[in-house]
Amino acid sequence: MTKKVMTTNSAVAEAVKLAKPQVIPVYPITPQTSISEKLAEFVANGEIDGEYIKVESEHSALSAALGASGTGVRVFTATSSQGLMLMHEIVFASAGMRAPIVMANANRSISAPLSIWNDQQDSIAQRDSGWIQIYAEDGQEALDSILTAYKISENPKVLLPSMVCLDGFILTHTVEPVDIPSNEEVDRFLPKYVPKHAFLDTDNPMSLGTFTDPNYYMEARYQVQEAMENSVEVIEETNKEFAEIFGRKYGFVEEYKCEDAEIVIVAMGSVCSTLRVCVDDLRERGEKVGLLKVRVYRPFPVEDIKKAVANADKIAVLDKNISFGVGGALFNDIKAKVDVEAYNFIIGLGGRDITPTHIDEIVEKTKNPVNDVTWIGLKR
Amino acid sequence: MDSIGGAVSNPGSTRNNKTGSWRTFKPILDKEKCVDCDNCILFCPEGCINKDHDIDYDYCKGCGICEVECSVQAIKMERE
Repeated sequence: MTKKVMTTNSAVAEAVKLAKPQVIPVYPITPQTSISEKLAEFVANGEIDGEYIKVESEHSALSAALGASGTGVRVFTATSSQGLMLMHEIVFASAGMRAPIVMANANRSISAPLSIWNDQQDSIAQRDSGWIQIYAEDGQEALDSILTAYKISENPKVLLPSMVCLDGFILTHTVEPVDIPSNEEVDRFLPKYVPKHAFLDTDNPMSLGTFTDPNYYMEARYQVQEAMENSVEVIEETNKEFAEIFGRKYGFVEEYKCEDAEIVIVAMGSVCSTLRVCVDDLRERGEKVGLLKVRVYRPFPVEDIKKAVANADKIAVLDKNISFGVGGALFNDIKAKVDVEAYNFIIGLGGRDITPTHIDEIVEKTKNPVNDVTWIGLKR
Repeated sequence: MDSIGGAVSNPGSTRNNKTGSWRTFKPILDKEKCVDCDNCILFCPEGCINKDHDIDYDYCKGCGICEVECSVQAIKMERE
């Protein structure tokens, strides 16, 4: 294990190098670009023994990844925002065809208006695709999530692709110390991918990406639902194994001072670092506040959320996304599955800063609510 | 389902999927009227009519092209 100082994008590239994918089709897009550059460098230097495919678009990047995965090799790709939008068709196909692709997504807002800055609308828009979604808070978590994502995705009980989401710029371009595990440790945790399900082999031919009539379609989709349900247990096992080898523990969620909190703030991604500081500050001022970080968004960790908010009077859910007319995605998922008084705050869209003053306002508006969905930091 | 992801683990198995159930109208050939022009055989997009002009109802989807192409109107489409 070596501790190095690097950006989260570099940490992701280091994780990919350790995971040894054999095919990397990737198209650069801000703020993911330095991942694709670093991987190109690793392949050119011979540090990654794989094919780097310079594709002409993101639609091709994920198509090539899916095709390569269909031959039974480990693959990696990365994208962001408009790139993920262009991949949309293949995002669904990858899950339906049960290809254990791992993709990093640098979370960036969606056009129009065009913006390169951070929110989480891009990956939230792919919520229903059948991909596992993990939202990282820092560089270390991003690196570790890439490694665990492969192990989870390639488990025969799961065989679904995984998206590791990193807040654009706030996380992707922030320089932090990151522990880089050794090759030996990673090889022990993540052995070579040996597919046993659907893959192209001339000795045992089969057809992938088939056309199905109404006699077969629902069963294939139900299998995706079952796989997503199975992934809960697999993620637990994988996190346990990861902790045993690398010493870092991850869960579906992370609770911070939730036990005695009257108000629990729920959020995903890098904003949780700000929120942890705000919780301490609010507690010094006598406010009984806690933080619940949702790390794994799909499969949706209903039981963990129920447990974390069990003692809270109210919860405040922060969403860096909006489903127009209904509110944030995380809020609506929690409302659908957890019986708790919840208020939603749409915040930080298109890279607008989230400050401690905003968090004070959120706590105040949770105590004295006016609307169930409130936009914070909006100029009127 | 014996495979996942809609994969077909036994290629060349299209014959197992009988498509006759898609049909709304069924072609009926009056062999008395037939003059062996073979237009129906040549135009059938599914290859469902053999040299003796027997129609394979397991796979005929009822498109009606044979009725249109028949030179002596020996084929009539009847509702299933």
